[in-house]
Amino acid sequence: MIPSTVPPKYRVEVNPDRCMLCERCVKECSWGVYRREGNKIITYSNRCGACQRCVSMCPRDAITIHENPICWREHPLWTKEAREDIINQSRTGCILLSGMGNAKEYPIYYDKIVLDACQVTNPSIDPLREPMELRTYIGKKPKKLEFDFVEEEIDGKRIKKAKLKTKIAPNLKLETPIMIAHMSYGALSLNAHKAMAKAVKECGTFMGTGEGGLHKALYPYADHIITQIASGRFGVNEDYLSKGAAIEIKIGQGAKPGIGGHLPGEKVSAEVSMTRMIPEGSDAISPAPHHDIYSIEDLAQLVRSLKEATRWKVPIFVKIAAVHNVAAIANGIATSDADAVVIDGFKGGTGAAPKVFRDNVGIPIEMAIAAVDKRLRDEGVRNEISIIASGGIRNSADVFKSIALGADAVYIGTAAMIAMGCRVCGRCYTGQCAWGIATQKPELVNRLDVEEASKRVANLIKAWTLEIKELLGAAGINSIESLRGNRDRLRGVGLNEVELKALGIKHAGL
Amino acid sequence: MEKVKENMEVILDAKDLEYRELNEKIHKILNENPNVKKIILKNVLGQRFIGNGIQKKGLIIEIYGVPGGDLGMFMNGPTIIVHGNTDHAPGNTMDDGKIIIHGSGGDVTGHSMRGGKIFVRGNVGYRSGIHMKEYKDKFPVLVVGRTAKDFLGEYMAGGIIVVLNIDNKGNDLGKIKGKMIGTGIHGGSIYIRGKIDESQLGVAADIKEFTEEDRKRITPYIEEFCKEFGLSDELKNKLINSEYTKIAPISKRPFGKLYTPDLR
Repeated sequence: MIPSTVPPKYRVEVNPDRCMLCERCVKECSWGVYRREGNKIITYSNRCGACQRCVSMCPRDAITIHENPICWREHPLWTKEAREDIINQSRTGCILLSGMGNAKEYPIYYDKIVLDACQVTNPSIDPLREPMELRTYIGKKPKKLEFDFVEEEIDGKRIKKAKLKTKIAPNLKLETPIMIAHMSYGALSLNAHKAMAKAVKECGTFMGTGEGGLHKALYPYADHIITQIASGRFGVNEDYLSKGAAIEIKIGQGAKPGIGGHLPGEKVSAEVSMTRMIPEGSDAISPAPHHDIYSIEDLAQLVRSLKEATRWKVPIFVKIAAVHNVAAIANGIATSDADAVVIDGFKGGTGAAPKVFRDNVGIPIEMAIAAVDKRLRDEGVRNEISIIASGGIRNSADVFKSIALGADAVYIGTAAMIAMGCRVCGRCYTGQCAWGIATQKPELVNRLDVEEASKRVANLIKAWTLEIKELLGAAGINSIESLRGNRDRLRGVGLNEVELKALGIKHAGL
Repeated sequence: MEKVKENMEVILDAKDLEYRELNEKIHKILNENPNVKKIILKNVLGQRFIGNGIQKKGLIIEIYGVPGGDLGMFMNGPTIIVHGNTDHAPGNTMDDGKIIIHGSGGDVTGHSMRGGKIFVRGNVGYRSGIHMKEYKDKFPVLVVGRTAKDFLGEYMAGGIIVVLNIDNKGNDLGKIKGKMIGTGIHGGSIYIRGKIDESQLGVAADIKEFTEEDRKRITPYIEEFCKEFGLSDELKNKLINSEYTKIAPISKRPFGKLYTPDLR
């Protein structure tokens, strides 16, 4: 026999001097790390993923989690991770599954871009006292406006009035350019979905359903919800299409471009089966492509089909993963009657993705926004279609930089989950989430207090909104529209010429 | 505006109409005459999305000509009768209702169908019945008169597909040539009249014994097919009493053992 265990990544210790044997950790840990034996808490460190549920709940701060300091003979190429993966895969012969976003050390361009502020000339604005416009409209804008001039008699006087002749397409009205990304019910718990729905309604913004259908409990928030059509077409019927504020066609996802989705049968509970409209316990498989879309023309056909089904009253978005030729694809989407293109960068999160995809496929969102914005400008259609960016947006500065690079608004996913308690332990696909977020187990789901979680998410969006206003004010801008694609307000630090060119920005000092 | 006759029938000439104009007219008729029973479309030539998203039980839309793609997509309730062929994806993500095609159906006929029935007298194209799925009383049925191209019932998750394998006169067409039948299938069943070899199946599909129970299951759909296309009792009895190959999933979870958790 070849021993094939990989050493535990973490080491869990319970300080016996502090521990009062309340067994809270035993109850809280859904991974089975703890067991009481006599007057001692026994730990199984190999099961720990450092999700900190136990640490957060221990009344005596008795628990510490360390990186397991076990020594692997150092090697610059054969890293610990490389060796561990081989041990695991040679044991099972299977694809490595992982959660969360890209975990490799690629450059984070957001952190190599700095912002501008006013000094002396063009004075800065104090948003606490002066109006600051963050309202954003997502959807198709007309090429030009046409008016009818009619003479009307008002109080005996003949007055010439201009009436808008151009038909304006339906748009989503956002009070802040931050929306919550599509994370399906099935991957996430119903409580997590309810919390996010309440939060977006409170903040005057929107959330996505993901491809798992729309649970009835979310119907009261449907005017703040964007429904999604993916290749599996789960839970899609007329009701679903007309309930939401917009519909998004999901072509690809930043965490796993080019492949479909796969919700394992064990996560398809009675409730999940109801919204996905598939039998309980069966796998929910989304094929890699939409089999009615093999070309840009076919995509246009689905866009128009959805428009027809909703009588052209609902905006249609198309979401693609940021890949090498993202600009050309986005341009194709722009010609298809779609109202917005969503670009998801390679650091975007996921409930489950093959590790090889999560860590290796796709391009950085910063580059993708810049490329798409430029291409659409060159084609003369940028003003007609909205760009929504997502994939690894961690704070208000990332939002601000995304908009300055050319996005209209952003989607946040992981950030909203962290607000609800997620500690980014990356084991979402196991359905064991101790925080009640990425699980369907009722006893775990109940841990997530909807009211409190919704407050946290709303707080986060509000805090970022305030910061964006401050940043805008400092830049001497009083409307988010003037920031959009305003790359002159960005400078690169430590970037080479090619990177600067791709981002369309100057280096600091120039 | 087209006049609604006393028998609640409207005739619409689709000649030179763009798809939006045509569909707008259909919606207008439905809005203004909630009791309309039948809409007859003449000279249809490639207009897409006919019947798209219409929710109306009992309504009949009769089409003369060749409708474009996504016929009856998201439809819930109506019956569409096509006197001609259809472009790709008739019955796409259809919820309920019936589509009767006297000619042939294009590729991905019945794509992601959730309920209702599609009867095609002629052939269907590649990947027909892909990702059909059932849930409780929603049970999609696709019956094909002649034959189907490759990848029939790909990723199928529920419902029934029946391929009758007869020509326009009711003669046997010989062994079906389709490959990769039921690839990725994880629910529902496919019945093909005649023999199918294991080598024609895709991954996750399996040939199961065709039992009398199965015959009982498909008989009502064959009867309905014969009635819709006016086939003789003799032919009907031949179809009902023929030997079929039943193709069903090996398991509900064909890809359950594909992954190694990245846990340490």
